[in-house]
Amino acid sequence: MTVKNLRYYREKFVRHLPTRFCPGCGNGVILNAFVRALDDLSIPQERVLCVSGIGCSAWIPNPYFSGDSLHTTHGRALAFATGAKVYNRNLKTVVFTGDGDGAGIGGNHLIHAARRNVEITTILVNNMNYGMTGGQTAPTTLYGGLTTTTPYGNPENPFNLTSLVASAGATYVARWSTYHVIELTKSIKEALQNEGFSFIEVLSQCPTQQRRMFGLSGTSSEAPQRILEMFLESTYIRGQPLKNNYLYAIPKKTPEAVFKSVETKLSGFHPKLKIVDHMAFGRIIKINTERVEEVKRSLKDLDDVEKVADPLEGKIELGVFVKCERPEFVKTLHNIIERVGENRYGV
Amino acid sequence: MYEDGEKGLIVTDERLMMGLNGDEAVAYAIKQVEPDVVAAYPITPQTIIVERFSEYVANGLVKTDFVSVESEHSALSSCIGAEAAGARAFTATAANGLALMWEMTFIASSLRLPIVMAVANRALSGPINIHNDHSDAMGARDSGWIQIWCENSQEVYDACIEAWRIGEHTNVQLPVMINLDGFTLSHTMENVFTLPDDVVKNFVRDRRFIKVKGHLGESELRLDPGTPITMGPFDLQDFYFEHKLQQVEAMRRALEAIPEVDAEYEALSGRGYRLIHPYMVDDAELVIVGLGSTMGTASYVVEKLREKGVKAGLVKIRVFRPFPKDELVKTLRSIPVVGVLDRAISFGAPNGPLCEEVKTAFYEEKDRPLIANFIHGLGGRDTSPSMIEGMFHRLMKIKSRGRVDQLIEYVGVRE
Ligand SMILES: Cc1ncc(C[n+]2csc(CCOP(=O)(O)OP(=O)(O)O)c2C)c(N)n1
Ligand code: SF4
Ligand SMILES: [Mg+2]
Repeated sequence: MTVKNLRYYREKFVRHLPTRFCPGCGNGVILNAFVRALDDLSIPQERVLCVSGIGCSAWIPNPYFSGDSLHTTHGRALAFATGAKVYNRNLKTVVFTGDGDGAGIGGNHLIHAARRNVEITTILVNNMNYGMTGGQTAPTTLYGGLTTTTPYGNPENPFNLTSLVASAGATYVARWSTYHVIELTKSIKEALQNEGFSFIEVLSQCPTQQRRMFGLSGTSSEAPQRILEMFLESTYIRGQPLKNNYLYAIPKKTPEAVFKSVETKLSGFHPKLKIVDHMAFGRIIKINTERVEEVKRSLKDLDDVEKVADPLEGKIELGVFVKCERPEFVKTLHNIIERVGENRYGV
Repeated sequence: MYEDGEKGLIVTDERLMMGLNGDEAVAYAIKQVEPDVVAAYPITPQTIIVERFSEYVANGLVKTDFVSVESEHSALSSCIGAEAAGARAFTATAANGLALMWEMTFIASSLRLPIVMAVANRALSGPINIHNDHSDAMGARDSGWIQIWCENSQEVYDACIEAWRIGEHTNVQLPVMINLDGFTLSHTMENVFTLPDDVVKNFVRDRRFIKVKGHLGESELRLDPGTPITMGPFDLQDFYFEHKLQQVEAMRRALEAIPEVDAEYEALSGRGYRLIHPYMVDDAELVIVGLGSTMGTASYVVEKLREKGVKAGLVKIRVFRPFPKDELVKTLRSIPVVGVLDRAISFGAPNGPLCEEVKTAFYEEKDRPLIANFIHGLGGRDTSPSMIEGMFHRLMKIKSRGRVDQLIEYVGVRE
């Protein structure tokens, strides 16, 4: 990936700035990754159609992308995009959708587009809530998550979207976060080159609503960065060697209240302690140490510590999960039409 | 005033006055009614209803089963399922949410399920718009729902209590839609007189069912394994038509049932509602007819014009479905000029939806006013007092000319 001046991308691909997104929103990061992918692949924007539904994430291409874009109704972008693709198969057709839009109200379209393996790149912005309407629970909200409609915790379980779309038949499936910009950009490039249905889920920061969700009680200006760091802390990348030199202590009270006693208890091991945000556990203490097993045993009898978590516990897997070939829908459809035509008029 | 005695008359007890916006008024009333099931999906400007209500649920203030479904289609479907099983069910939506429910609105009314739904009226896409007009509810005009339109949060609160008794009236058994203008009402805080919880509970009492002939004999119209019935089956050339006429009859009877419920509610609350609310029409020469919050602005204009000696008046239509034709004709028969305000367009039609109904109501009448039609406020464009004053001036011109030259006038549009 060649890195060019930000101004270059703005002038070439973006119609209008500043965006209407809240400060620190992940949607800008995703727009950025998308236009870099287009530029790296030298895909002219005249060959791109962006389709989106309703939600903050639907605004990534419309009105900001300077090529063609179609802003449709809540959940239906993939159905619109399928129509456009069938008629004009030379277009790179890209759908931007939210977790509510793509996996909730429009979930049916998502699995059927994947099943058909229609050549559309779908970028699903997963901020784990309905951002635009004020942070209600979505089909991606974590179990127990705090939202405006689940003020004391979400009683439902979230979808594993990449598994869902993979089993429905997509030929390219990946998951990244807005922390992983380089990987995300690379993935968008792969998706744009895949002859079939491509699906990229992007865990994205929505500082406006996620402060409640993740209990980030600090200032709002520090929230975006904290969420990004939390994405790093709470994920691991498939196929990459895992570090095994740390543990998490999940405190019964606030981590500050427990920090001292953990520090004292572990003083013999000289560990590095740090308070971190974690998607599955909230604010917890990260313990860097080479003597993992001993530290674990020693924390067992500490009353202030609810539990000790291994590095992988509660973490979300990132990476490319599916990369395969299967007949593409539009191509097959046109082949059939041509074949039928030959039979009818040939001989 | 607060009387705890026999009559239990509660009119203006300061202790029961709350500051509520329209959405909160809905949520609070529904909390007091405590339906068995609430299923909803968020959409601006209705969202506050669902959020407040889910707080009530989470705080244990109601025992309602609250389902955060994945679309409005599912929201109304869940309500239909719940009501078919004998429960009371409530939902709320707006604009495209109502449009997505459209299929289900017909199922609810034809199954005769008295679901109550609040609609925070918002312009239908496209282009995408989140502000107020009436295109959403007018799109559901023919779906067989009773439609009540509110001018302020107080009316919203009261309608959310009365609606259950109206819809569940054994002569009616139809779903009820309560319309409140998006943002103008949904998000604007006003003083609202509430009723004590027990008074509301007593008033709405338990759901009443009608008896039907099932395949195993007489049974209540609900799914009860003890007395099974088949709901929603195939119904072809043989009986479909008759069943539709039963809905027609239910709507007709609603015109009688609503004033009955209104009277009972008035005795309880001191607030008397009617099918239509005329204001200063007795000696009026120019009258504006319309729906919803604009009528509040219009009444202010009417008062101003009266000060200047203009004989202005207005009629607010509170119940649009069933359409209160007789009351309207009686009230407007001798008025020289009437202007009907529509906040929606029926594309290709000679008039806006409300105006067409008003004109139809007068078609068979010998005495009838000249009727003009103003379409205004689409997509949330403000309808200011001066615009309404302008409409009255148009009516004045029409009066002096003795005829209506233009079928529709679009008010407040750029040239
Ligand atoms: C049929 C319909 N129902 C509801 C809405 C209201 N609505 C607008 S955006 C949205 C949720 C968007 O959530 P998501 O797709 O996760 O996008 P985000 O804003 O979080 O990026 C909802 C429910 C709508 N526009 N149309
Ligand atoms: S509400 Fe969330 S997703 Fe929407 S613009 Fe703001 S930060 Fe972004
Ligand atoms: Mg979202």
